[in-house]
Amino acid sequence: MRAAPVNHLEQLEAEAIHIIREAVAELERPVLLFSGGKDSVVLLHLAQKAFWPGPVPFPLLHVDTGHNFPEVLDYRDAVADRLGLRLLVAKVQDYIDDGRLLERPDGTRNPLQTQPLLDAIAEYRFDAVFGGGRRDEEKARAKERVVSLRDEFGQWDPRNQRPELWDLYNPRHRPGEHVRVFPISNWTELDVWHYIAEEQIELPSLYYAHDRDVFDRDGMWLAVGPYSRPADDDLVRTLQVRYRTVGDMSCTGAVESDAGDVQAVLAEVAATRITERGATRADDRMTEAAMEDRKKEGYF
Amino acid sequence: MGTTELARPTTTLLRLATAGSVDDGKSTLVGRLLHDSKSVLSDQLAAVERVSQAKGLGHVDLALLTDGLRAEREQGITIDVAYRYFATPARTFILADCPGHVQYTRNTVTGSSTADVLVLLVDARKGVLEQTRRHLAVAALLRVPTVVVAVNKIDLVGYAEEPYTAIADQLAAIAADIGISDVRTLPVSALAGDNVVTRSERTSWYDGPSLLELLEELPAATEASEGFRFPVQLTLRPQEAARDPRHVEYRGYAGRITAGTVRPGDAVVVLPEGVHTHVAGIDYAGEELAEAVAGQSVALRLTDEVDVTRGELISSVADAPLPVTELDAMVCWLAERPLLPGARVLLKHGTRTVQARVGEIVAGLDLDEMAPVEVERLALNDIGRVRIRLANPVMAEDYTRSRRGGSFLLIDPQTQGTLAAGMIRGHEVFGNDFDPSQDWSI
Repeated sequence: MRAAPVNHLEQLEAEAIHIIREAVAELERPVLLFSGGKDSVVLLHLAQKAFWPGPVPFPLLHVDTGHNFPEVLDYRDAVADRLGLRLLVAKVQDYIDDGRLLERPDGTRNPLQTQPLLDAIAEYRFDAVFGGGRRDEEKARAKERVVSLRDEFGQWDPRNQRPELWDLYNPRHRPGEHVRVFPISNWTELDVWHYIAEEQIELPSLYYAHDRDVFDRDGMWLAVGPYSRPADDDLVRTLQVRYRTVGDMSCTGAVESDAGDVQAVLAEVAATRITERGATRADDRMTEAAMEDRKKEGYF
Repeated sequence: MGTTELARPTTTLLRLATAGSVDDGKSTLVGRLLHDSKSVLSDQLAAVERVSQAKGLGHVDLALLTDGLRAEREQGITIDVAYRYFATPARTFILADCPGHVQYTRNTVTGSSTADVLVLLVDARKGVLEQTRRHLAVAALLRVPTVVVAVNKIDLVGYAEEPYTAIADQLAAIAADIGISDVRTLPVSALAGDNVVTRSERTSWYDGPSLLELLEELPAATEASEGFRFPVQLTLRPQEAARDPRHVEYRGYAGRITAGTVRPGDAVVVLPEGVHTHVAGIDYAGEELAEAVAGQSVALRLTDEVDVTRGELISSVADAPLPVTELDAMVCWLAERPLLPGARVLLKHGTRTVQARVGEIVAGLDLDEMAPVEVERLALNDIGRVRIRLANPVMAEDYTRSRRGGSFLLIDPQTQGTLAAGMIRGHEVFGNDFDPSQDWSI
């Protein structure tokens, strides 16, 4: 038996488990957005703890841009399989194929995820959508509630959010509306890595250092692959890299790193001087308010 | 949690809220705190430098670090509560940055509700303003354990001791008047960095800690209530769905301990029914605990086959709260639509939501005078004392003793939006041991 805690990581864990249980208790049809990225992996781990010894009482949903790293998709499928959870995949590619969405000139598909996400929420009538968003990621996210209302069009209204008092969450909503629930809102990137280390959580291999063919695009290392081809004058090199975030291959950059295990990654994250999104996400660099604008439309 | 070669983090968590008036430099102070504690990374700083330059500013405007929404940057104001994170080797901080002018009551109430410490800014040139008094009043009402007043822009009064001392004395008097027991003041310049992270030589007459040093020392909030309280969130009863066949018969009650300590064997009562039983075991995701304390999310097994559902409270026996169907409470009204007597609402207390009807609005609270005023309705950002009748009982506690046991939300049964933050008062519910002399509010 173990003694009572409580350091800051244990407090963050207890808070997250409380939030997950509240949303499940108060709402009818929860779902967890699961991409295989580290934040969603941590979230799923917390959900397992929240409902032990029962199974996680909701399905997983992944919005697949069609440009995902194959090792991440394999990891995603293996996890769902191991936990016996239903995995729903909404595919951006389907929308492009039948003309509901148009490929963007810059080739990035992150902004295209919003419509398949909202359609899936409507189709399955999900009313609580768990996400691994963290407030330290980005300025607009810093303003978002833990339980955040979306209107029937999936829109977020940052100027008219419900006040969130004490630890009394109000996930109630009218028919057609839903809430996004962010149980790890208060975690930082470093907290997430500490937790992964403590709980010995397995991640997709690309979070750790490996050799990869990359080219420089606006100061970011993009992987050479079917969705991110170097231009004729781009110099392709093989570097030892790892990923700090995992997303669409066409706009997610790698960082040079020799951090081959979780301890080394922790040391690296603790010493870094650049934010994870600044280092690795081309789509957030578009404008000062790129994330806010996407979120208002219903993005994660 | 599992064991690894990594030293487990031993830092404690402190929750802060900041408040201030217009142009008192609050965003700059927060920016300075983040910047000087090296919690701002180089790409964030580069972005701020770029925008400061584009705006033609002579300095790097650290306020731009915290104003995240498009409208905020366009209008140069802070609209909504923003959450920031920073850490020192000793402590991890969650900071709720509450705007000073737009809907200040709503935002300050929200930020204060979870805060261990409120950091309030005062402009050294302007001294204590009406809004300063209001912020202090809200902190007192919400029972924020410690208030730190940063007397800012000390550089603009020539780092002189005199104006600072006058403000500090005035603040101490107000705090004593409205019942805040722990107020600390210190002179700072957010713009120049004096006494924010490191002690300044330019205020040699001040021998106290810097703001960050102070925040590292202050105690995190502890509840005065000793009794064990466990509002049940869910029943965990996996039956055939159990991941392990040994748990097919499992029945546990999931929740987060809001007060006190629990050990296997403890006598408990399940409220409101009043069924007495004992704790058979404490489960934390497959580990059995010898003890669990306030703040932990666990599952409890009970020795008797009692049927416990969401919304019930598992409590220690000796000091168990009384289930009541009438409340005397202070509410902060947070909705556009005003509160009128007779309103039908939902009330969420702990994990329990019941139908409720607001009876009388006893009085409004004048935050400037800290005195009751006669009102017929409560409008957005008004604070008042109300009587509420409940369709089903809640296990009410006195907010002045337990922030968790004494707080509730009022919810609109039609829009489902949050209408009000409520704090339960003592008189009728708690009988003779309530001390009216401590009841500074109305």
